[in-house]
Amino acid sequence: MQYLLLIYSNEADYAALDKATAKALSDEYTVYTQEIIKTGHFKGGERLKPVATASTVQVKNGKTLTTDGPFAETREQLGGFYMVEAKDIDEAIALAARIPGARHGSIEVRPIWPLA
Amino acid sequence: MAASKSAPSGPWPEGRAAAEEVYRREAGRVLATLIRLLGDFDLAEEARQEAFAAALEQWPKTGIPENPRAWLVNVGRNKAVDHIRRQATFRDKLPELKATLESSEEETSDDAAFGDDRLRLIFTCCHPALSMEAQVALTLRVICNLSTEAVARAFLLAEDTMAQRLTRAKRKIHDAGIPYETPEPPLLDERIEGVLAVLYLVFTEGYAATSGAELISRELCREAIRLARLLDLLLPERAPIKGLLALMLLHDARREARVTQAGDVVLLEDQDRDLWDRASITEGLALVDEALRMPGRVNAYAVQAAIAALHVQAANPEATDWRQIVGLYEVLLRLQPTPVVQLNHAAAVSMVDGPAKALQLVDSLAARGEFREYHLLHAARGRLLQQLGRREEARLAYQAALAGTRLAPERRLLTRRLQELDRKD
Repeated sequence: MQYLLLIYSNEADYAALDKATAKALSDEYTVYTQEIIKTGHFKGGERLKPVATASTVQVKNGKTLTTDGPFAETREQLGGFYMVEAKDIDEAIALAARIPGARHGSIEVRPIWPLA
Repeated sequence: MAASKSAPSGPWPEGRAAAEEVYRREAGRVLATLIRLLGDFDLAEEARQEAFAAALEQWPKTGIPENPRAWLVNVGRNKAVDHIRRQATFRDKLPELKATLESSEEETSDDAAFGDDRLRLIFTCCHPALSMEAQVALTLRVICNLSTEAVARAFLLAEDTMAQRLTRAKRKIHDAGIPYETPEPPLLDERIEGVLAVLYLVFTEGYAATSGAELISRELCREAIRLARLLDLLLPERAPIKGLLALMLLHDARREARVTQAGDVVLLEDQDRDLWDRASITEGLALVDEALRMPGRVNAYAVQAAIAALHVQAANPEATDWRQIVGLYEVLLRLQPTPVVQLNHAAAVSMVDGPAKALQLVDSLAARGEFREYHLLHAARGRLLQQLGRREEARLAYQAALAGTRLAPERRLLTRRLQELDRKD
């Protein structure tokens, strides 16, 4: 099965990290990504720019309505994601638990709806 | 399906009752194995239903097969395959499923395989990716085989609501890829804790509900104990399992004595000890011993069970070893520093060092303001103030407690306390 692992964390806390800590965290992500590429779990993954850069689009009566900001304001913000291949949810949970962001934020595990 | 027959070849009038009896005994195991073979809860339940119908039809004529469990699984599996064959949407999955079904033919008669399937079912129903409510509902419906209506009644919900909850839970198992597997160590111990939390919740739900649905609450306690016994059998030598089983047995042993015919609460010190169930106590005491003697970190259920053990071992309330109970509560406080444990600790302290010392503990607990079930705190304060002869303060505390609970037996107990205060006026 494929799962999307959504990484939520508090952007303000992250922005407040000193340079060395931020670098260490970024290195941890690199190591993790390399590991899950090697084990064949990695299907994709990216880091996202802060929510301040987000725009939300809706189409109403045929007109495109664009607004500034994310779809929902939350205490923790979506900051990145991995798409992984896992045998079952237990394997997906184990992969999610190893993401560095799981220690200060939360990882949402969502199964991919396979195309019929 | 070559089962040898053990009954007369002619008509057998008791056959139906005998078949029903076998079914009641085997229903859980048969379902667990069918779920593994068919990979779907609903399909497995249907298959079991049909297998039972076939048994009721056939067994009274032919006698009970030598291995009725394997018979039911085989018939259920074949019925399910027929079903799938009829459904066009499943047709492309059929070769794969048939292969699984055929390769599993011989192992289904094996006792160990059935045990493994029941464990798988327990760990799937109590998977942490499901909400606690869903875990409890699935456990009672699927593992304990209670009707949806009974499960709904136990949690004071409409049957529709419970049916929806079960459907959603089964859908999540399927869609989110919750495995039908017993987890491997090191995950196993963590997941056992989760299963035990579900069992304990089922038990306390049954134990605390003193009003209304008396029968169903009894059933909840019985099922929680039965499942803990099964876990202890399938995963032997684990202190948390033995500890929880002991704890539940030692509490359940007092069931008959803790409520009067009229439904009033009888406090431990006022209970008729002859009404306590000796068999449960003996079993519980042996399990506490085993749990406490096991190597590794002491387990909170085992400590709670040890406290319950000291209570039931006293021939009368005065003979209770309160000093040792206080010591055990101190151990428990380190493992589980919850407000309820702190309150119980204070109650034990009052028996050793007197109500004044205990009142200090309760007041500091109240001052920290982290208590959610305030009526318990007020009730405990009231009792201590009453013992200290501070009647007016006791009255205020009891009144505050009354305002905080809707449980009728608790309300009657508090009203009784208020009357005691009046009598001494």
